[in-house]
Amino acid sequence: MASSHGAPPVFNNKVIAWIDHRLPIFSYVEKEYHTFPTPRNFNYFWNFGAIATVMLVLMIATGVVLATNYTPHVTMAFDSVERIMRDVPSGWLIRYMHMTGASFFFAAVYVHIFRGLYYGSYKAPRELLWILGVVILLLMMATAFMGYVLPWGQMSFWGATVITNLFSAIPVVGDSIVTWLWGGFAVDNPTLNRFFALHYLLPFIIVAVVALHVVALHIHGSNNPLGIDPKGPQDTVPFHPYYTMKDGFGVICFLIVYAIFVFFYPNALGEPVNYVPANPLVTPNEIVPEWYLLPFYAILRAVPDKLGGVLCMFGAIAVLFVVPWLDTSRVRSCTFRPIYKWFVFLLVADVIMLGICGAHPPEGWYVPLSRIGTIYYFFHFIILLPVLGKIERPLPLPPSIADAVLKKKVA
Amino acid sequence: MASSTIPSGAHGDPTRRDFLMVATGAMAAVGAIATAWPFINNLNPAADTLALSSIEVNVKPIAVGQAITVKWRGRPVFIRHRTPEDIKEAESVKLSELPDPETDTARVTDSAKKVRPEWLIVVGVCTHLGCVPLGTKQGDPRGEYNGWFCPCHGSQYDTSGRIRKGPAPANLAVPSYLFTSDTLVKIG
Ligand code: HEM
Ligand code: FES
Repeated sequence: MASSHGAPPVFNNKVIAWIDHRLPIFSYVEKEYHTFPTPRNFNYFWNFGAIATVMLVLMIATGVVLATNYTPHVTMAFDSVERIMRDVPSGWLIRYMHMTGASFFFAAVYVHIFRGLYYGSYKAPRELLWILGVVILLLMMATAFMGYVLPWGQMSFWGATVITNLFSAIPVVGDSIVTWLWGGFAVDNPTLNRFFALHYLLPFIIVAVVALHVVALHIHGSNNPLGIDPKGPQDTVPFHPYYTMKDGFGVICFLIVYAIFVFFYPNALGEPVNYVPANPLVTPNEIVPEWYLLPFYAILRAVPDKLGGVLCMFGAIAVLFVVPWLDTSRVRSCTFRPIYKWFVFLLVADVIMLGICGAHPPEGWYVPLSRIGTIYYFFHFIILLPVLGKIERPLPLPPSIADAVLKKKVA
Repeated sequence: MASSTIPSGAHGDPTRRDFLMVATGAMAAVGAIATAWPFINNLNPAADTLALSSIEVNVKPIAVGQAITVKWRGRPVFIRHRTPEDIKEAESVKLSELPDPETDTARVTDSAKKVRPEWLIVVGVCTHLGCVPLGTKQGDPRGEYNGWFCPCHGSQYDTSGRIRKGPAPANLAVPSYLFTSDTLVKIG
């Protein structure tokens, strides 16, 4: 789609024309963000890519500023964060923006992923686009996990201990791998140092993968709520001003909610225990990760076997890589999949239930619930997705986007 | 493998050029691995971290039935002065009942092969995912087997620090230690 539109732009400004002739950045922006033909029927779910991008930039900006006052040493890390909170000008704001920003970044990305699942955005020709998205999710998880270790509170230390110990489940070489990850015999100063270095590095790798993600997106253009390809100019509008405005509006609404949390409930999403300095000799009563990792933590604990639990936890993300090939239905959008649609909602409910299980100690009802949740999660992807695509009878697709949109207007 | 512009030997035999290609490629691979090694190795424990690896503890103040926690290599080590009942309990279990079979005697032998059943010394790190089990401090829950109880996911250890119940796969590790006198023990 991207390459189907008119002649290269002509720039009146001599300087811009001179630069563009040598390095066509202005043509690029013009082509990809101005005239770029975009389906005319986006709903608000299509805002979350732009929102996630804004959050990524915000995380890097606040992170770099935090790093100018942060000290990655076991005896000083906790105090340096407290100093940022109390003594450094605007330090409290920057830190709360970074802390709350991580939660909102994940929230945006999870909505973005739901959008992809519901509207079948992973189907041909967008498989690689989807896979790059899953890579971004993995990198985000690693980044957030290592960031959470930096303030060196009790939950930082014990979260790091439990998660790095997962690798000891690997047969034969597990223990050597864990020692190698730690750079010692326990989570300690070498671990904190390397986590800081990697926490600084990974967001920039995320930026690079996001760039590839966007390049892949612009080859075939966006999917849309109907899941059918645009067939001509009547089905699309130029990206600017239509979607720059709509994305701008969505970003502002999202940032308002974010700001409410930053200013009024900055600790609502965190664990109070992390304001207790790390103590390697005392485990807190309960170890829970940040909310955005809870469903995966529940899967880890649902399996009574150590290695099995670790494999299922990583498998829960790995299975997303092959979703484009597991789904056998030719219809993209759930709007036209009367049965599968409900199963997508059921999957969302299942993941929320797993999240609740992950937040509670594995006792009583939470044990069977997390097991049922885990089994259902894998059942959805591995069995339901391929089988339902074969037996479900989709609703008739509209002849074109314009047709569907204009009909709705009349009705 | 040879591309079509390069003449191949008679009957499709590999040419000298094929050989050079493979040999060069192999050398490049070896070089890449050799170069990667220092980067990987760099993350292993440093000499000073390794040097911290032994401590000496005076066990005289620990009364029978009591236990203490000391820090060794950044992690807790439990030293328990066991009661005769503790010892009897640990020795009387059948090995076939243990998920990770090991005799009690083997766990209370120091590196000079001297057996001291009254002293149990174990690394206080749950073999499941690394929490510190409860049971060392007076008043801590000790679990059903009167040893240690891990609050994280409910593993239970006996009076010999062996795993009896729960998700942990192995017994609490016994560090290498040596009683240099009746009251002084060197750990590590
Ligand atoms: C993908 C983007 C990023 C994510 C998801 C992320 C996530 C996090 C999280 C969850 C924390 C712990 C917050 C707390 O509880 O205190 C944290 C801390 C920190 N991050 Fe990031 N971060 C990102 C980018 C960056 C970047 C680019 C830097 C630049 C160096 C940075 C520097 C820091 C520092 C210095 C801390 C410790 C201070 C503190 O705990 O508030 N972060 N990060
Ligand atoms: S860490 Fe002890 S039971 Fe999981």
